[in-house]
Amino acid sequence: MQNRREFVKEMVAGAAVLGAETKFAWGQAKAAEKSKVVIVRDAKLRTPGPAPDEKRVAAMLDHAMQTYFNAQNPVQPWKQIVRPGQVVGLKLNSLGRMLSPSVALVATICERLQQAGIKASDILVWDRGSRELESAGFKLSNAPGAVRYLGSDTEGYEETAVSYGSVTTRLAKILTRCDVVINMPVLKNHNIIGVTMAMKNMYGVIDNPSTMHGSACNPYIADLNMIPQVRQRVRFVIGDMMTAVYEGGPSYRPEYAWNENGLIVGEDQVAIDTISAQIVERKRAEKGLSTLQQKGTPNTYLATAADAQHRLGTNDPARITLIEQRIA
Amino acid sequence: MIIMRSKFATTAALLSLVVLAGVGCKKKIADPFPASGAVAGWEKSGKTQSYDAANLYEYIDGGAEQYISAGVVGVATSDYKFQGNLEATVDVYTMKSADGAKTIFDADPPTADSKSVPLGDAARLYGQSVVFRKGPSLVRITAFEAAPGEGDALMALAHGVEGRL
Repeated sequence: MQNRREFVKEMVAGAAVLGAETKFAWGQAKAAEKSKVVIVRDAKLRTPGPAPDEKRVAAMLDHAMQTYFNAQNPVQPWKQIVRPGQVVGLKLNSLGRMLSPSVALVATICERLQQAGIKASDILVWDRGSRELESAGFKLSNAPGAVRYLGSDTEGYEETAVSYGSVTTRLAKILTRCDVVINMPVLKNHNIIGVTMAMKNMYGVIDNPSTMHGSACNPYIADLNMIPQVRQRVRFVIGDMMTAVYEGGPSYRPEYAWNENGLIVGEDQVAIDTISAQIVERKRAEKGLSTLQQKGTPNTYLATAADAQHRLGTNDPARITLIEQRIA
Repeated sequence: MIIMRSKFATTAALLSLVVLAGVGCKKKIADPFPASGAVAGWEKSGKTQSYDAANLYEYIDGGAEQYISAGVVGVATSDYKFQGNLEATVDVYTMKSADGAKTIFDADPPTADSKSVPLGDAARLYGQSVVFRKGPSLVRITAFEAAPGEGDALMALAHGVEGRL
C-alpha cells in the first residue's frame, strides 16, 4: 500500500513533467477546461501492401503527438510525458496478430522514449499474458540493456490486494514497477459494454478481471481506474485504430473489421472512450446495425467514470476538443 | 515446472471437454481437428489448446462472458495453414446444449457479403471466416488474410471438422 509521502512525491514528480497544461495528470478533470483528443488518419497507410507501412505508422504517431502537444519536433512531446530515470510501461491490449497495437507503432514509441532520455531497459512493453504478446507479434525478452517485453503471467501480481469502491484486486507487479504507464488500447466492439478502448484496458493489469464483467462492467471499470496506483501512473493514451471491429468483439472478427487507419491520442481516458464509441456507432450505422444501446450493450461505465465521485474525465462531447487530421 | 503444470492443465482441460461433451450428447467425441493432409491443402500447424469456462477469458480476453452465459463447457483451438501460406484458426466451442450453440451462432448478424451454407445444423460463410453449429458444438474458422479461393478452402476445412463432431 502506498503511503502518503510516496503519493505526494509521485504527484510532484508528475506535475513537474507534465506541467500546468495537463488537465488529467492524476485522473481528475477540471470542470471548466475542455479535454483535447487528437485523431490522425492516413488513407495511404496500407500502401503498397495490405499491412500498415512502418514508416507511415511512425509518421502518423509523430503527427498525432506533435499536434496534441503543439510541438515542433517528434521528441518534444515525450519530454512532457516522461523524464530520464523513470520506468515507463507500455500497456498493450493484445488480441492476436490482427487486433493488437501494431509492432511498428510500439517500436516507434520505444525509439521516441529513448530519444527523450529513457533507458531502453527502463521501458517495459507488457500485457497480461505472454502468449497474447507473442501472438500479437512481439518477441518476449527480459534481456539486460534492452526494451523488455513481458507478460504479467510470468512476472506475477502483488501479494497485497488494493481496493476502490466495488473493486478489490491484486495489481500486476509490472504496473507497480512503472513510474509512468502509456495506455495502448485498440478500438473494438465489446459484447457487454459496447465499445472497449482505454479504461477497460486496465483489466489487463489485475489478477481477477473475470469477476468484473457484471452489470456491463459498471462501476468496475471506473472504480478500477480510481485505484491510486493505476490512476497516478496512466499518463497518456495512444489508441491504435488502424484495424478496428464494430461487431462481434472484443475478439478479432474479420467479417466485422474495418481499416480506420488512424491513431487517437490524449490524456483524458473518458473522452477518448467517448469519441471511440462514436466512431464505432458511426460504423455500425453505416453497416445497418442497431445502436449499441438498442443492442443492449450500453457504455454506462462512461457516465460513472465522469461522475462527481470519479471525475476521471469527461463523457460530454461539448467538453471535448476533438482535433481530427489526415495525412495526405 | 510451470510449463509442465500448464501442459498438464491443458491436457486435463481437453480431456474434460471431450468427456463432458460426450456426456451431454450421449456420444463420445473424438478430437475434432483434422490431421495434416486429412483435408486437401490443409496442415495442422499448431498444437491443440483447450480452455474451460473458468479460464476461457485467458483465450478470449473480455469476450468470455458471452459464451459463459450461453453455457460454454470449453473451447479447443488449433492453427492451420492452407498450401503453406494462408493461416487460419479453428475454434471448437462445446456448449452444454445445442441451444447454447444456437445462441452464440444467432448473435452474429449477417454481413452483406456473407451467405448461409449447408453444413451442420446451420452455417454461415463470410469473406474470411466460416461459422457453423452442430449439436452442442459451435465452430468458428477464421483466416487472417484475404486470398483467392479462400471461401472454398475454408469450407473444405469446415467439412473436415464437421465430420469429426
